[in-house]
Amino acid sequence: MQDDVILRISNLSKSFGPVKALRGIDFELRKGEIHAIAGENGAGKSTLMNVIDGILQPDNGEIVLDGDPVKISSPTMAQQLGIGFVHQEIALCPDVSVAENIFMAKTNVSRSWLMDYRKLERDAVDVFRQLSDIDPSVLVKHLSISNQQLVEIAKALTLECRILILDEPTAALTEAEAQTLFGIMRKLADQGISIIYISHRLVEIFDNCDRVSVFRDGQHIVTQNVAEIQPSDVVNAMVGRVLDNLYPQKQEAPSDEVILDVRNLTEATRFRDVSFTLNKGEILGVAGLIGAGRSEIVKGICQLEGDVTGEVWLNGEKLKLRNYQDSISHGMVYLSEDRKGVGVFLDLPIAANISALNLEHVANGIGLIQSGTEEAQAKALGHKLNLKCGSLSDPVSSLSGGNQQKVALAKMLSVNPRLIFFDEPTRGVDVGAKSEIHRILRELATEGVGIVVISSELPELIGVCDRVLVVREGRISGQVTGDEMTEVNIMHLASVMDAQGSVA
Amino acid sequence: MDNTVNLTPAGSSDSAPLLKRMLRMRETGLIVIILGLFVIMSFASPYFLTWANMRAMSMAFAVDGLLVIGMTILLISGGIDLSVGSVTALAMVIAGWLFLSGIDPWVASAMAIALCTAIGAFMGFFVTRVGLHHFIVSLAIMVIARGACLLFTGGRPLGLYTLPTEFKFIGQGSIGPIPIVIVIFLVFVIAFDFMLRRTTMFRKVFYTGSNEKAAAYSGIRTKKVIFLTTTLCSTLCGVAGIIYMARFGSAQPTFGLGLELTIIAAAVIGGASLNGGSGSILGAILGVILLSLVSSSLALLDVSVYWQDIIRGSILLAAVTIDHYLNKRRG
Repeated sequence: MQDDVILRISNLSKSFGPVKALRGIDFELRKGEIHAIAGENGAGKSTLMNVIDGILQPDNGEIVLDGDPVKISSPTMAQQLGIGFVHQEIALCPDVSVAENIFMAKTNVSRSWLMDYRKLERDAVDVFRQLSDIDPSVLVKHLSISNQQLVEIAKALTLECRILILDEPTAALTEAEAQTLFGIMRKLADQGISIIYISHRLVEIFDNCDRVSVFRDGQHIVTQNVAEIQPSDVVNAMVGRVLDNLYPQKQEAPSDEVILDVRNLTEATRFRDVSFTLNKGEILGVAGLIGAGRSEIVKGICQLEGDVTGEVWLNGEKLKLRNYQDSISHGMVYLSEDRKGVGVFLDLPIAANISALNLEHVANGIGLIQSGTEEAQAKALGHKLNLKCGSLSDPVSSLSGGNQQKVALAKMLSVNPRLIFFDEPTRGVDVGAKSEIHRILRELATEGVGIVVISSELPELIGVCDRVLVVREGRISGQVTGDEMTEVNIMHLASVMDAQGSVA
Repeated sequence: MDNTVNLTPAGSSDSAPLLKRMLRMRETGLIVIILGLFVIMSFASPYFLTWANMRAMSMAFAVDGLLVIGMTILLISGGIDLSVGSVTALAMVIAGWLFLSGIDPWVASAMAIALCTAIGAFMGFFVTRVGLHHFIVSLAIMVIARGACLLFTGGRPLGLYTLPTEFKFIGQGSIGPIPIVIVIFLVFVIAFDFMLRRTTMFRKVFYTGSNEKAAAYSGIRTKKVIFLTTTLCSTLCGVAGIIYMARFGSAQPTFGLGLELTIIAAAVIGGASLNGGSGSILGAILGVILLSLVSSSLALLDVSVYWQDIIRGSILLAAVTIDHYLNKRRG
């Protein structure tokens, strides 16, 4: 298999205006290998994949598929050439059944005028039998996000592709589902299909892939067999510098001063009898399986959603909040897990995003926005958070994921908050920005701001937090601190009573 | 706070190429097109550059300008209103009917504007509380308001021959050489353009239209914003209806058929997005001026009225197509 190259890309470049997204890329994909692509956001991974899938046209360079030079002018052509691309974003028709969604792609390449429903259905069921026990006749909108992701993958698999591109397919999957997917990937690779696998999770790359290529700043840095390279080398190649310490120092001396005291918080269906406290200077983590009620609890505390009963005390004062605005004016803010959906206004300028939470702060007495003050605020907060941007009047959509998250964070800081709830603060953020965000969390905590972090990444919670609460089925099932903070303990608390008995 | 920090070592685009930014702005492009048409028309028709024609043309777009202000703000907040034509006619009809029943014309006008505000609030209620789409709600109101117009008038125009001169003055009078209508128009344009760009109140309209959920997660009461923009649009219809009544000296139940489409087209040509979150008053006004200029030019050139709609529709399509490609290249 050594010289069995199915796809060879040489000296490929692509620019968007002045931005060089890809610079002289050389890349080889062998037959039947699982080839991981690693790189920070903005390194050029997506651009390269979009070129291979025909969505973008390269400025120059050559693509050779199975020995023949090709020009891939559209995704349809890519499909005909046997290239399947599973995007990170789900693009399914929600009101149509799972089976029909899969047919959709397949019928597109079918050459006959009549559809062979029977065969298509059989194929679909076959594919699904390997993937999971989703019923192909269910409407897609009734599936969970993770199952929708599996449908996307199934859709690509029915196309009998030679090359399959998977862009962060496990981001929304549970551990068990991800393992199933890796099993399928290996089976496909053994059948001779070449897989390009994009992921931010190094563990997945090292456990499941054959080779790894690292990109940085639009350049190809290195390609190595996974067996011959260390995870730390990959990280260093990605960020271009040595990351000495992944997580910041923990809290030195615990304080007795209570910032937040939640008592018997209850909501009709989603959580019950939630009580906990947060001390000054401490970072409190919240762990739990997806759907356990982590986000719902903190949104309930801020009055963002749900009809909540119970008491919330902030700095010794009992709060009577009617809506989220009240929560903001008390200095209690929530950073959403869904950055693009609700965290930022993608089309609006950076400065206008940062001032959205507290317009009064950048306005004069009669409600006129002072653009100088607004710019100055954005500049100061951007500087504090090491935001990298062109102009503050550019739309947020022009920034990378990590910098978008910093804008969302700057928005929180603009109100001088006393307490911030961070929901998945580093989701979809590259390694460098991730450790910066961790450092910022610690700095804020040290300055006396209450910090609560919800995360699905256990190593992150363990690395960043001083104490972790575990939520299970809408209740706090326990908490861990110090040496007890291990993945095993947290998972045990999160899932031991799980009705399905599936310990993730 | 340290304001001197330079976030952009690579060179900021904020200050230097002001000219470049202006060239990229849609308003500049519209002004160029309008001036171009002016030059062409002044050669094509000897009548074009006369004072009488200028005055007639500006009167034609001035009142519609009020409607396009309301529509633009509503579009920015993510809504749309198909009822502007019929609600404008209804304001005219109600005020005229009240006047003929013996009520003072100023009081009658205030009542008609209040009714239009109530209609807007009613639509706002259905959109924000019941959760229906702007399109459907305003479509229903468009039909209902037109029906009410015909009901009150029996389908015939109401002749308001006894309107006092000082009332007719708002539609027909001038201060020096400048028609009152133009003065009212300029006041509204300047006031709303300033407010839209500078006030926190209208900034929230942009937030809401850009991403309603993100706005809610920024502590903005988005339903209130949408309710208010919906109501404002109808209030401005009321004001426009009264001015039209004063100008015509009559109330016409069939006034403004299809006007909503011209207004929406003008706002969109001026940069408002049907997806919400963008648009400007200046742009929308230029859009209205452009469409109005094209209409009167075609009339001067004796082009059949049937061609006019075809040409105006094509302009709309061309404007949004060009804009679509410009945006793509920028993004």
